[in-house]
Amino acid sequence: MKNIIKQIRDSELRGRGGASFSTAKKWQIFLDAKADPIKSDPPRAGKKYIVVNASEGDPQMSKDGYLLKNHLEDVVNGLKISLKFFKGSEAFFYLRKDYYEKHKSRIIRLTKNLPVKIFKKPGEYLAGEETSILEAIEGRRPEPRHKPPYPCACGLFNKPTLVNNVETLYAVSRISQGKYKNERLYCLSGDLKNKGVFELKDGLTIKEILEQTKNLPKNNDYFIQMGGVLGEFLLPKEIDRPLLGLASVVVYDKKITNPILLAQKILKFSMYQNCDKCTPCREGVFRLREEFLKNERNKKILNDIFQVLEDTTLCPLGMLAGNSINSLLTKIINGKD
Amino acid sequence: MAKIKFKINNKIIEAEKGKTILEAAKENGIYVPSLCNHTDLDIKPNCRVCGVEIRGQKKLLTACSTKIEKDMEVFTNTPRVKKARKTNLELIFSQHKEECSDCVWEPNCELLSLAEKNKVTINRFEDRKTNYPVYSFNDVIEFDSSKCIDCRNCVEVCKNQGVGYLEVQKRGHEMKIVPTKKKNIDCIYCGQCIMHCPAGAFESKGEFEAIECALKQKGKTTVVQFAPSIRTSIGEEFCMDYGEVVTEKLIAALRKLGFDYVLDTSTGADFTTTEESEEIVKHIKEKKGLPLLTSCCPSWVRYVEFNYPEYISHLTTARSPQEMLGGIVKTYWAKKKGIDPKDIYMVSIMPCTAKKYEIDRSELKVSGMPSVDCVLTTRELARLLKKKKIDFAKLKPAKLDNLIGEPTGAGVIYGATGGVMESAFRTTYEKLTGKKLKKVDFEQVRGMEGIREAEVTACGNCHKIAVVNGLGNAKKLFDYFRRHPEKNDYTCIEVMACPGGCIGGGGQPLPMDENIRLARANGLYKIDKNTKIRRAHENPIVKKIYKEFFEKDKKARHEILHTTYHKQKRGKVKILK
Repeated sequence: MKNIIKQIRDSELRGRGGASFSTAKKWQIFLDAKADPIKSDPPRAGKKYIVVNASEGDPQMSKDGYLLKNHLEDVVNGLKISLKFFKGSEAFFYLRKDYYEKHKSRIIRLTKNLPVKIFKKPGEYLAGEETSILEAIEGRRPEPRHKPPYPCACGLFNKPTLVNNVETLYAVSRISQGKYKNERLYCLSGDLKNKGVFELKDGLTIKEILEQTKNLPKNNDYFIQMGGVLGEFLLPKEIDRPLLGLASVVVYDKKITNPILLAQKILKFSMYQNCDKCTPCREGVFRLREEFLKNERNKKILNDIFQVLEDTTLCPLGMLAGNSINSLLTKIINGKD
Repeated sequence: MAKIKFKINNKIIEAEKGKTILEAAKENGIYVPSLCNHTDLDIKPNCRVCGVEIRGQKKLLTACSTKIEKDMEVFTNTPRVKKARKTNLELIFSQHKEECSDCVWEPNCELLSLAEKNKVTINRFEDRKTNYPVYSFNDVIEFDSSKCIDCRNCVEVCKNQGVGYLEVQKRGHEMKIVPTKKKNIDCIYCGQCIMHCPAGAFESKGEFEAIECALKQKGKTTVVQFAPSIRTSIGEEFCMDYGEVVTEKLIAALRKLGFDYVLDTSTGADFTTTEESEEIVKHIKEKKGLPLLTSCCPSWVRYVEFNYPEYISHLTTARSPQEMLGGIVKTYWAKKKGIDPKDIYMVSIMPCTAKKYEIDRSELKVSGMPSVDCVLTTRELARLLKKKKIDFAKLKPAKLDNLIGEPTGAGVIYGATGGVMESAFRTTYEKLTGKKLKKVDFEQVRGMEGIREAEVTACGNCHKIAVVNGLGNAKKLFDYFRRHPEKNDYTCIEVMACPGGCIGGGGQPLPMDENIRLARANGLYKIDKNTKIRRAHENPIVKKIYKEFFEKDKKARHEILHTTYHKQKRGKVKILK
């Protein structure tokens, strides 16, 4: 038990929520964070919180659900390990609405006698972002907080808070049992034969993922989106690149995909799922969509908005949306001609 | 606090550790544009206009939220920064319907000045909010949501005021600021939303359309009174210093506008103090109804009537200064002048939007007439003067009309938080003890802290008094009393809804922040210090009118100087457009 952080470090586990931050580092920061006894808040003096994030909101992702259905015991075991390791901590099990309905009773049963509260996600995509989760649990609109401070230092109710993805805790459990072999869950969807969730090695290239799942298209009439609904688009010649972001690979058949409609769909998603707090995201995405609904797109407008999304958004949503559309535009839409 | 060195645009800057880039830049005279930032509020940072480049950082970071670090290199004007700023401003303008001639910010609009400085194409994108509604909150405050830039300052300040009337609804581009539908929450018309909205989406009723009505009263005698706090704030509208004392210029300006008589609400305040002190003494002697709560602030009164009805009986029944003075004008003064009160049009220049609501309260009528016919805010008066091309700064000083003339220093400090209490206890102390106060300054109740307390010992008894500014602080205090009624052992509590009291009122000039409020308050205390008579009950006018009128006619005294309160129903929200 003492060496769990060392074990995690040796395993080189990186957070499975998409940002791929070193789990050992995060746990160490959380361990070192002082839980200040705040006088005005006596019931929570000295507390630390752990949040299990099982609230994937990306329409391409289904691995949280897969884990809850098939490996809940391991997830809870990972949570137990962390609760034990971080003495005096309490946990929130944060679940997407449908997962909450489906798995609530099993989770309650498995976490009996543990300081764990189950919390139903009050929103959609953005409500799964780590600081939005904190806002939601504190009873406010689920919107990203400004960082720093980072949750590990000052999170839920201003206390140090460790937000871990369910898959990260699943891996922690496997590490503690010596079973972890650098696996990761990949979600494959789109125009391919073998869709679904696959457990493969971490750090694979797109090509390897497609090969190992027997999904590699035979011709070059396709393109790829990796890293989720706001992820980057890739051409067949780029699939030797390692997967970044969320572990999602979507294959689009060029013959049956209208990339303009695809861009509109992504922009509509970003437009309805953004929190509205910051100007470039709220207004920029709205105007990008406007351009994509026109027959002629104004290049200058597109580039100006891509810049503010990349440079000035508060959370990654706007930046990702901009990059995603930009790659779709340059590689697929404009590249086609 | 330790100072650290860092660079802005290659210039070495020194500033205290813990400061943000925006604060440090401002202190060193380097301009970084910002919109949603207000020193009264949290750092959000929503508008993203203050984005700057920092060496070693991938993205631009917002200057308002990024703390300075040793050897940091900040660039505020690189092509990349400028480009992002311009685009973000254009996106902000795409939400904002421009109506610059009818805007509370005109001519100090930061949004417009940023547009000019950054060569922004204001109409690059089509306004997406053109059809958004204009709300009217019970005919006092108007909110034009087609001007809103979604920064949420209004929502925050309304929550800080302990009200929470404004809410964020929906998400993304569909997000809207709306008046809440919750039945237990109501607007109290303090106007702080006006003071904190960078886009001019809020204004008080008639702020642009009705300012001239006071000058169009044919065949009527027009009488104007101006509130204590105006004399140290209106100068700002004419490029004078914050807090500059301009009483005599103000009188001259009002005469120039054509008002027949110019009076000072501070003299009304001397009457309020006199009546209120009598009430305090009575309650202390009878040991009931304590603590007595001040009632000069109409927002606070409405807040009590709506949210804390159990305290309605604690509000002093003494009318507010403008109402007392208006009542005296339409009775005693009219008779003396030989004017039919029906032919008098009484105008008040107030720092306050809620005063527009106060004059419509039916309890405040005198002989069936409203004591005051029209309220203009400081901003509205300034606009009227500009419209009439009256060069305020160059006006020759003028004096008040005699019959109800000069106020005491006590009447003037009414405009700052703590002033009512200080004035009341200068008088109350003497009434309780029969002795003259040696030192009239009650330093403990001055200042800008949200809740301040003091103890006054008179006749061997210690009286606890409290002064509250900012309704959110009042909410904290009275919620605490609800949980711990035994802790409410105060004799008297003054509450002013706005931060800093009336000098920070919702009708005051823009911009406004803590330093500006402090300057305005200091101006008032300076006047008080330099005034010969500093106790309200010693005002010769007060003495004279009591002797000639109120002491002979008890009924009139009650009708003109006192009022009643009752539980309030929720005000109506109208959609004007």
